[in-house]
Amino acid sequence: MNRNTIRWTVILLLGAVLLLANALLRGAGSSYVRSVPMEFVNVGSAEAPHWVDVASDEALDYDLEAVPATDRIGWERLNRVTPGEYFAARAKNPEQTEIRFSWAHTLGTWAAALFTLFIMSFLYRDNPFYKIAEAVVVGVSAAYWMVVGFWDVVVPNLLAKVAPDLVRSWAMPGLSGGPDYAYIIPLILGVMLLMRLSPVGAWISRWPLAFIIGSTAGIRLVGFIHADFLSQIRNSIIPLVVAAPDGGGFLFWDSVKNIVLVIGVLCALVYFFFSIEHTGVVGKTAKVGIWFLMVTFGAAFGYTVMGRIALLAIRLEFLFDNWLWLIDPKGERAVATIHAMVHPLMAWVGLG
Amino acid sequence: MKRTIPLLITGLAGIVLVLSYFFPFSEGWGEEAAIWFDVLASVAFVLGGGNLLKIHLQKVSDRRAGWGYSVITLLAFAITLVVGLSKWGVHPSEQFPAYAWSGSYREIGSPFWWLYEYAFKPLTATMFAMLAFYVASAAFRAFRAKNTEAILLLGTAFIILLGRTAAGPALTSWLPDSLAGLKIENLTVTIMKVANTAGNRAIMIGIALGIASTSLKVLLGVDRSHLGGGEG
Amino acid sequence: MIERLKTLDRRWIFLLVFLSVSLPILFEAQFPETPTALARSTFDAIESLPSGSKILLSYDYDPASEGELGPMATAFAYHCAAKGHKLYFMALWPVGSQMIDDTIANVIRADFPQMEYGRDYVNLGFKSGNEGVIKVVVTDFRQLYTTDAFGTDIDDIPMCQGVTSVQDMDLVINVSAGYPGTKEWVQYAVTAYPDQIKLVGGCTGVQAPLLYPYIPDQLPGLLGAIKGAAEYEKLVVDHYHLEDNPKYHEGLRRMGPQLVAHLLMILLIIAGNVVYFAEKRGGGQ
Repeated sequence: MNRNTIRWTVILLLGAVLLLANALLRGAGSSYVRSVPMEFVNVGSAEAPHWVDVASDEALDYDLEAVPATDRIGWERLNRVTPGEYFAARAKNPEQTEIRFSWAHTLGTWAAALFTLFIMSFLYRDNPFYKIAEAVVVGVSAAYWMVVGFWDVVVPNLLAKVAPDLVRSWAMPGLSGGPDYAYIIPLILGVMLLMRLSPVGAWISRWPLAFIIGSTAGIRLVGFIHADFLSQIRNSIIPLVVAAPDGGGFLFWDSVKNIVLVIGVLCALVYFFFSIEHTGVVGKTAKVGIWFLMVTFGAAFGYTVMGRIALLAIRLEFLFDNWLWLIDPKGERAVATIHAMVHPLMAWVGLG
Repeated sequence: MKRTIPLLITGLAGIVLVLSYFFPFSEGWGEEAAIWFDVLASVAFVLGGGNLLKIHLQKVSDRRAGWGYSVITLLAFAITLVVGLSKWGVHPSEQFPAYAWSGSYREIGSPFWWLYEYAFKPLTATMFAMLAFYVASAAFRAFRAKNTEAILLLGTAFIILLGRTAAGPALTSWLPDSLAGLKIENLTVTIMKVANTAGNRAIMIGIALGIASTSLKVLLGVDRSHLGGGEG
Repeated sequence: MIERLKTLDRRWIFLLVFLSVSLPILFEAQFPETPTALARSTFDAIESLPSGSKILLSYDYDPASEGELGPMATAFAYHCAAKGHKLYFMALWPVGSQMIDDTIANVIRADFPQMEYGRDYVNLGFKSGNEGVIKVVVTDFRQLYTTDAFGTDIDDIPMCQGVTSVQDMDLVINVSAGYPGTKEWVQYAVTAYPDQIKLVGGCTGVQAPLLYPYIPDQLPGLLGAIKGAAEYEKLVVDHYHLEDNPKYHEGLRRMGPQLVAHLLMILLIIAGNVVYFAEKRGGGQ
């Protein structure tokens, strides 16, 4: 091992010990859930079922004791709560189990923190941790979009149109209406589009692709001409002398601003006329146009920096707040003290 | 045949959508075409996933450099897809408790939600957060006040960077009310409303004309690049 | 010194950025905020509507932009709910539904438990198709939104009865991270139906300058990046007395690291230019 490797191994080990100590002694990164029992009973018949939530006001109208076990459905819903709520509940009743430690969410918080660090490790240099994180994000996001597309669009807007009874009996019991066979066309086009993945007959996907390209062109043609061409000309036809609202005289600075705006638009447009040689008056006008464009790019740079910093801030807030418990800006652990925050892990490892 | 029919479809779909803006009787056709377009867009997600699968499976089977990472990608893809499509761990909706598949695939606490909350979210958010570091590095290395244009760009950036935080008002709070327009926060507003609007409006007009001409070329069959090569 | 700057390893710059953002977060540095006219007009667009107005909130962003847009999405939802408006949530981004779920859980269920799903707010969820979705919903909602995000038939949702299209909404609020987003809402909704559809929005820093040409005729209110969010938060916090509720101070809080990092960025540009001119002078001698 060379000196550099030893140095980094020591640093990483020290960091791991500190993290572990922070987790064990302060409970940092822990998440908690509230258990909410969900129970429904069928107060109707087998042919015409009517399910009632036992916790609802409607349930008071029925004798639920008489309902057989076969007509009951229940499960436990686990709602995330803040550590503060857990500490408060435990301070009130140490035996309570309604709010409890959640392994799934705690491990999730740690996984999210480690993924964040894996990505950030690229700042030092490319490494296997970064590559692993990169591989995971590619796989998860592609599948995520597929799942969203399937449940949010394919099922309700395609399958529910061509086979509503099937969808009703399976995933969307509340669906109404009969079949609309016009949707067979997008269904066929969709299947044809997937032929793009096939080694033979990929040309078949040209039909739906042509439809997508044609529709995009059709939608954009009018949209851009209307909003970004005609309306921008309309927005630029503004008074160069702005009258005061009380009718007496004019507003000097507002007039100057409007004049500069109109000159700026015209000069920048002249710069974009590449079919005219930029010499003489045209060249000078185009030069002024470039100055306006430079101010525009400067503003864009300023705003871009602002955006990027905010994106970094939220990740660091996550690390310092949710994971390390170094800050508590939302007051989520307000009632917690170091003593009260001793983690259930302590008990688990026989130290509590 | 392989090119003529797609060309006709392109033209027809586009023209129907254009006409729908102008003729009330064709509004319904335009709506129908837009709906089909929206449905097809969801199929594109499937196509994207399929493509990813194809590329990474190929990489693994060829044992190309970094194929181990492709295995991780495939595993992450398969796990997310299976738990998402199967609604694994999702309870029925409260409205229809007797229907096992009626719950939301995004139910809080379900494995699919877990993958979103603790993998997708931190990973994508951190990827974008990294840009803060690179923009700073670029600021140090690339922004040089070489000429008037560069000075204008940098000057504007400085004013915006100061004016969009509390530093701007603090630096120029000493200016009297008669010169309030020169206070950095007010200067920022003026730059955005006047010079930035002028520059972006000119760019917007240029892009609009470009999009319109490209769209027309596609609809009229002059531009056929989207159909790719091949016989036809 | 100049020689050292010339060959400076960029990882030192990374470290400076990390410190400039993390230290203000750790010390919870906050600064006063003064809302600008654009933030005020956004606030007024919601505040001036009578209670019970129909508001469409299109959350077109994802976790990658949450640092900038999360605070304004939270503040928009709070403001609309506090004013007693009816909230119709939808998304043009696949992950937008998740953003809506988070907002409903953190704002509506947490602070407005009296609001009833289907009567006071509804989550219509995501539809694919980008501007194609806008093109349809501006004339007919039901063609695409046959159900809400949970599969309930739209006709069985009380607050959706009588709503035919976006034109029936009193205001559209768009939180936008890019394409599709505010630009597309302006192009295909507001410009096409200027008398029926009114839009205000909040967007990322990258988009904000590009949207200024639409202001004020096509877009009367716009919150640009985290600063816009902080200004709007300030108005909501002051108006609804939320001084003690840190949930609605997220944007205001984030302006601390913002200030220090902006100053660092200016210093880096100056340092880079000092090196450049020193090099130039050295080369000329």
